[in-house]
Amino acid sequence: MRVALIGQPNCGKSTLFNQVAGYKADTGNFPGTTVTFTESSVRVIGEKIDLVDLPGTYSLTASNLAEKEVIRYLSSNHVDVILNLVDASHLVQGLELTLELLELGKPLVVGMNMMDEAARMGITIDGPHLEQILGVPVLPLIASKGRGIKPLFTTVLDAGRNGNVVSRVPFKNQQVEEIILEMSKNLQDLKTDWDREALAIRLLEDGSELLNDSEFEYLDLKKDIETYTQQVTEQQGKTPSWVFSEERHALAQELTKQVMTRGEERVTWQTRADDILLHPFWGYVILLGILWAFFQAVYLTGSVIEGPLISLFDGMIANLSGFTGPGSFLTDILTGALQGIAGGVAIVLPYLMPFLFGMGFLEDVGYLPRLAFLMDTLMQKMGLHGKAIVPFILGYGCNVPAVMATRTLEDRRDRFLAATLSVMVPCAARIAVIFGLIAFYLGSKIALLIYIFNIIVIALTGRILSWRILKKSPGLILEVPPYRMPTLKTMLNKTWFRAKEFIIEAWPILIAGSIFLELAIRYNIAGFLNLIARPFTWVLGLPSAVGVPLIFGVLRKELSMIMLRQALNVTDISQALSPEQMITFTIFVVFYIPCLATLAALRKELNTRDMLIIAALTVVIAMATALVGRGLVIILTPFGVLF
Amino acid sequence: MKLINIDDNVQVEIVSFRGGRGISLKLRQLGLMPGDRIIVTKRAPFNGPLLVEASGRTIALGRGVAGKIEVKVCE
Repeated sequence: MRVALIGQPNCGKSTLFNQVAGYKADTGNFPGTTVTFTESSVRVIGEKIDLVDLPGTYSLTASNLAEKEVIRYLSSNHVDVILNLVDASHLVQGLELTLELLELGKPLVVGMNMMDEAARMGITIDGPHLEQILGVPVLPLIASKGRGIKPLFTTVLDAGRNGNVVSRVPFKNQQVEEIILEMSKNLQDLKTDWDREALAIRLLEDGSELLNDSEFEYLDLKKDIETYTQQVTEQQGKTPSWVFSEERHALAQELTKQVMTRGEERVTWQTRADDILLHPFWGYVILLGILWAFFQAVYLTGSVIEGPLISLFDGMIANLSGFTGPGSFLTDILTGALQGIAGGVAIVLPYLMPFLFGMGFLEDVGYLPRLAFLMDTLMQKMGLHGKAIVPFILGYGCNVPAVMATRTLEDRRDRFLAATLSVMVPCAARIAVIFGLIAFYLGSKIALLIYIFNIIVIALTGRILSWRILKKSPGLILEVPPYRMPTLKTMLNKTWFRAKEFIIEAWPILIAGSIFLELAIRYNIAGFLNLIARPFTWVLGLPSAVGVPLIFGVLRKELSMIMLRQALNVTDISQALSPEQMITFTIFVVFYIPCLATLAALRKELNTRDMLIIAALTVVIAMATALVGRGLVIILTPFGVLF
Repeated sequence: MKLINIDDNVQVEIVSFRGGRGISLKLRQLGLMPGDRIIVTKRAPFNGPLLVEASGRTIALGRGVAGKIEVKVCE
């Protein structure tokens, strides 16, 4: 039995999914955390079902890619039961989607989630009454605390076995209703799972979107749909999509009036918190404070762990030749492997884990949408809007989720620009270079300057790209959810869920890369690779030996740092590179070609052409900025401002 | 009157949306419709976005978007 979990963004679908299936879906207190669907076979009350967590959608008409995903799924797969979660504290909007789902003609169960939050807001909902009006089961639920899950799934299983379908609420507008019926008769011969009336409504609502999809593309329906759409538009003076949503809106309001009573609101600290956190002045002071504390905490935790672990591994590598013989093939392989393992355990994870934990906390508490609100003006200057701040912030952890997060942006143009800019954000791996090289040898002041330089370059790139090449962004429309206190368990699960991506996908490449490098040195392939990179390293005034770390940096950015000592054949990098060269090298590493995993994400989210454009663009920017950086160092050094 | 020109904490009724299909669709999906009553509660400095309260839901609207929402002050 396949059960599809559907609801509006941020209504707790993924929370419910994780309660039932174990932590398999990413959650967050930000609309649109789930951007693709997760399917899982789970055993509930002794029965095996396939539970599908779909991205949150406000309605079935797609306005962004995440929402399109939902319609595509519903239309292409056989779904036995639709489990519709509704946020009880936002009943009206939730019911609009429920009414739309009723039109689909599939077994439907409604889970009224966040009953605790609604109660705090003084809202009571007459569930049985709503059940009676809609004709489908309505059950109370507090997914975050695991309450009400069992009765809910018992009902879902029943619904799936019976396969009972409740007919939709007919539209009040008779003329429109007639057109729907007439159209559904014409669709009778189609070979599809769709309920004919449901399909007629969907085709009228956003026909062109649906028609582009596989199932319908070969059908010559376009003309018919255009005629019907025209007919409705002429009769009603507005498009079918307007007619439908107005009716659903009115009906949802009417239903809400019948089943919901609003008493005294008990939450006042929420508004009070926003008075301070969104204050025109203090809001920004706190924002800076939060970000500063966040990076400080990540840096402190990471550096405390990094030092001892590095010396532990260095000791192991030094002792290795005693067992396997100095200079032997086995020693080289094991040295490479140990260096790769050390890179992950000692350099990446100590910073990545606290970063992900802190990030997850800010997200679950609900601070990110507020951040979008505060930063909108600045983002507008880069040609984007506040919502695009999320890919940027995620980018400081890893560029891959950053690129994926651009999916919540409505416009293709916004997605391209946000993706281009967010791959230039120095991720945790590049932090290893900035901290391990710059902060370590030249002091934290220079490291901070590099961050500021990076932000200026990103802003300028955004400005230049959006100035002529891309048209203007339509603007910010974002729901700001209430503050919520996440549980420690959710936080740890989430951190682990996201860190797993590095451990499973990136780490093996890191280890293989390190082994390959050892062998490259052994068999002198390094010289050949350095020759390929020589045009770049020569222009930048770098020794040719840094060519290999730069080329391997495309696999994983931290390899540039980890391999640098190995490639230059020194333990103290300052013996091989001057401060000017270190800065030039670091700036180049920060901007040039995103890592392999990020390239793959770009290709998936945009397309191959855009991926290549972005990669080429980053090389140009990296060369230009590294040269500017080199020039600045040469000019400023005599004045003693930098060192 | 346009929504950007409305003072904070004044209840207004949405009259219509101007601008492209994208914006009006997105607003409708968030449950904003002509006839609905909304209140501007906060605004970000430097011509930043507005924070709007609509039937218990808080929505941030960029100035460009707010300039496309036609409203009238409720009596």
